[in-house]
Amino acid sequence: MQELDKLVASAKQAIEQSQDLKELEQLRIDYLGKKGSITAQLKQLGKLPAEERPAAGEKINIAKQTVHAGLEQRKTILKTLELERKLASETIDVTLPGRGQHGGSLHPVTQTIERIVSLFASAGFEVAEGPEIEDEQHNFEALNIPANHPARAMHDTFYVDENTVLRTHTSPVQIRVMENNKPPLRIIAPGRVYRCDSDLTHTPMFHQIEGFVVDKDVSFAHLKGLLDQFLCAFFEKELPLRFRPSYFPFTEPSAEVDIACVICEGKGCRVCSHTGWLEIMGCGMIHPNVFNATGIDNDEYAGLAFGLGVERMAMLRYGVNDLRLFFENDVRFLQQFA
Amino acid sequence: MLVSENWLRELIVADIDTEDLAHQITMAGLEVEAIEELKPEFSKVVIGLVESTDTHPNADKLKLTKVNIGDQVLDIVCGASNVAAGIKVPVALVGAKLANGMKIKKAKVRGEVSFGMLCAEAELGLAVESDGLMLLPAEAQIGQGLADYLQLNDHIIEVSLTPNRGDCLSVLGVARDIAVLNKVDLTPPPSKAVYATIEDQIDVQLNAGDACSRYCGRIVRDVDLSKPTPIWMSERLRRAGVRSLNLVVDITNYVMLELGQPMHAFDLDKLDNGIQVRFARQGEKITLLNDEEVELSIDTMVIADKAKPLAIAGVMGGLDSSVQAGTHHIFFESAFFHPDAIAGRARQYALHTDSSHRFERGVDFELARQAIERATSLLLDITEGKPGPITEVVNEHDLPQRKPISLRLRQIERLLGLNLAPDEIVNILCRLGMDVAVEQDGEWSVTPPSYRFDIEIEADLIEEIARIHGYHHIAPVVMKGALEIKPQTETKISKRQMSQLLADRGYQEAITYSFIAPNIQALINPELSPVELVNPISADMAVMRTSLWPGLIQAASRNLARQQERVRLFESGACYFKEGAYRREQKRVAGIVSGSTLPEQWGTKTTLHDFYDVKSDLEALLSGSKARFVADGHPALHPGQSARVVAISGETIGWLGSLHPQLLQQLDIKAATVFELKLDAVLAHDIASFEPLSRFPANRRDIAVIVDQDISADALLDCARNAAGELLKQVDIFDVYQGEAIDLGRKSVAMGLTLQDFSRTLTDADIERVVADVVSALTNQFSASLRD
Repeated sequence: MQELDKLVASAKQAIEQSQDLKELEQLRIDYLGKKGSITAQLKQLGKLPAEERPAAGEKINIAKQTVHAGLEQRKTILKTLELERKLASETIDVTLPGRGQHGGSLHPVTQTIERIVSLFASAGFEVAEGPEIEDEQHNFEALNIPANHPARAMHDTFYVDENTVLRTHTSPVQIRVMENNKPPLRIIAPGRVYRCDSDLTHTPMFHQIEGFVVDKDVSFAHLKGLLDQFLCAFFEKELPLRFRPSYFPFTEPSAEVDIACVICEGKGCRVCSHTGWLEIMGCGMIHPNVFNATGIDNDEYAGLAFGLGVERMAMLRYGVNDLRLFFENDVRFLQQFA
Repeated sequence: MLVSENWLRELIVADIDTEDLAHQITMAGLEVEAIEELKPEFSKVVIGLVESTDTHPNADKLKLTKVNIGDQVLDIVCGASNVAAGIKVPVALVGAKLANGMKIKKAKVRGEVSFGMLCAEAELGLAVESDGLMLLPAEAQIGQGLADYLQLNDHIIEVSLTPNRGDCLSVLGVARDIAVLNKVDLTPPPSKAVYATIEDQIDVQLNAGDACSRYCGRIVRDVDLSKPTPIWMSERLRRAGVRSLNLVVDITNYVMLELGQPMHAFDLDKLDNGIQVRFARQGEKITLLNDEEVELSIDTMVIADKAKPLAIAGVMGGLDSSVQAGTHHIFFESAFFHPDAIAGRARQYALHTDSSHRFERGVDFELARQAIERATSLLLDITEGKPGPITEVVNEHDLPQRKPISLRLRQIERLLGLNLAPDEIVNILCRLGMDVAVEQDGEWSVTPPSYRFDIEIEADLIEEIARIHGYHHIAPVVMKGALEIKPQTETKISKRQMSQLLADRGYQEAITYSFIAPNIQALINPELSPVELVNPISADMAVMRTSLWPGLIQAASRNLARQQERVRLFESGACYFKEGAYRREQKRVAGIVSGSTLPEQWGTKTTLHDFYDVKSDLEALLSGSKARFVADGHPALHPGQSARVVAISGETIGWLGSLHPQLLQQLDIKAATVFELKLDAVLAHDIASFEPLSRFPANRRDIAVIVDQDISADALLDCARNAAGELLKQVDIFDVYQGEAIDLGRKSVAMGLTLQDFSRTLTDADIERVVADVVSALTNQFSASLRD
């Protein structure tokens, strides 16, 4: 039986030193297999006297169990080690960039239009569009700008023929909507407009958004409330703003809206010409002549209207310092708005 | 318009500083664009009287002078040629600094002590160059600082006026508004009548209908034009940006700046018997003050004598009859020309004058006489002259009417959302110079003054009330409205969804100009004649685009030129078409792809994009509708790589293809694939409709057939679908091969057929039968042979 103890001891040592599952399996076969050395001990039992057999048998069983347990224990360890090795060999550099298509971007003018439209849509405004090649009737006359009116000279109009122009503003959409729909109306109308002017601060094409409301109870106070909310929502801050008397032939009273300069917060800088204020949009109460031109009853209804330049809003919102960049379509510019 | 603050404050006394004044002007709707501070460019210069001059013992050209500066008499050496006893001149004292940086010190000039310097205008920064000492008028007060005397400490306020406020195109007009805002009285410029000392008059006839309904004229004889324009006047002109010419012209300009009445002065000797205001006759010509001869159109109003036109009324005078240095007798004109008769006329002759600017916007039709009196009295204050009586011709019934406007309190409240006391309303209107009569409780009849051309209806009065009350005193109110759910169709996706899909697939959105170069337009759509602009901004932006491709090609090529190897751009917007006398606009979405399929990156080989990469983007765009791609030719596209995109209805909805190699060469760009689709077709979207899923397994069989290379994939797939029948759930092409082991002109196409039944598991026999049907149909229709 001393031999058994030696066997167990040597098995334990061999198990302890085994380096992989294959080696371990070989050890199991060597000790516990059909021809294994401990199994062989069992076969020797028959040679013992009958009274010694139970005790010796038990001893061999214990030895078997000990070696078995040792094997299992070692197996667990080796499996873990093997998994660790495998995992280590499979490790990748997670800092390498992902593969595939890179995302593109929407034009900042589009993004600005969508932001503005969605703000007004949340207050129940619906989107309307109109033609860009427009007749003078809709672009001027119906908006109370008769021929030879000094305001026409300010528009630098592109002509397609004698009575047809590229619209100089989005205001004709007002006329088209009012001609074809009955109040109440809450409309927001974005689009391309054209002026025959090109320099550092003017491009011959740009974008405007026209908005208007026609209803029974609409006042200048509402106009102030609406634009107040809109501008604060657009710039996401409480902005001081002021309404300044101005002149548009199609509104009366008319106002220019200034906001405290978003660059210097009203302290005065190059962008606001050191006034602390930025002219941001024009607005007013719809002129009775416009209602007359579209068949809306002046005594029953009143209307408010406003218009703004999209590029200017985008420049202020995103800090773009050159208007012309919007139409150069340089991808290095465009991808900044992804 | 440039307004001198000093001049303005001569007409109003208001206790506010410059900044507040400017703010007030801005908030009254006359926007202040800039304030320029005027300061003398010199210091320690006073008015002195030269009491005597003596020759310098050591220099011929120098004089020794004794100059009285009030509290003392200084010895000053002077080299100016016009120095003489009795003149009053600017004296730079010891310690003075001049405009050119010179500092005056006590000095010895050729041995004689000099305690200062007598100055010329240039040395004081009052003129660019000058000849001799600056001579001051006799009444200038000895010892007074020159800066004070010339009112050199001033601000020039630049006011930007909207076209409705013609009444503010004068110092008087601006002062009037400020007086209203500050509730102070206005001190109008002096207006005394000048007594005629001669009886000469010119006969004036008004033959232009309501275009000219009032004309005042006056002869002044024996005018001494050698008298220079006084400094105070030329300074005011200078600060208003008006050049000083001669005394008479300066006076007419001065009166215009002061009162707002444009005036003209003729050389009386050049007038041939009487004045006529009439429209030009066919073929009449006149050489204007700017030395240019123009041929007059018959809708142009002129001032004429018996023989010829003398001036374009309200726009510009003629050169021949203008007042020049040699003029002895003058004829002043001060008239009312109707805005409608002047509007657009100056522009017609490419002119824009101070006069036309004012008449176009409306000049007070009651002002003509006052202005001519003011001009005459200024003239006679300054120089000699013999005035005749004023000839005033008025066609009363042609003068503009100021009709009473009905104003209702409830309309004010309704339009402004503001409650104002009736007293306050009346007060504001009266301060604005309106006539107010009470009609009934809460209703007035208001007549605007003759200088306001912008007040015709109730809304105009309401704006005036709001303006004077202050827009900032109207509290903002949040709008209220009904909470309605508006209809919204699911058969259309939004433009945003479409754009986002393209952006997600690596495209950048571009916005290009709607007008393009005619030659590029002709390369892309030679079959169309585009909408042309009458007045394009440049030759390469002269026609309206009929395709989005020219703009995108240009944008892509600009980027490629800036070392951007890979460009993927899209744009959505209108194209414009001529249809007979009409124009049609159609919204489209288009894209251009140049360079590699993917951005350069590790682990993926960089491959150049091709037709199929872009086609997959289109398939994604059109996933909501079932469009087909049909091989067809387009002038801008490679003839073997272009497809017409056809909707299920059979309508062409766009094109996809590689740009034609010739076009690439002509436009000097790299290979690119482009697409263009009608926006409506892209946004159209079928509402999803559920089909039940089979619980039985699907089976896949792959076949490879060899067919002629010009047999299209669509034709093979259609044939397979028809032959397979209902059991075929899906068929895909997973390989196309040409080359070794395939005959020239033939190709191998491998297809995967997925078969499935809804009610049972398919047997091998079922599957073999379908495959056999497909193979035999392909064999029959396309002479296909199975590839082993």
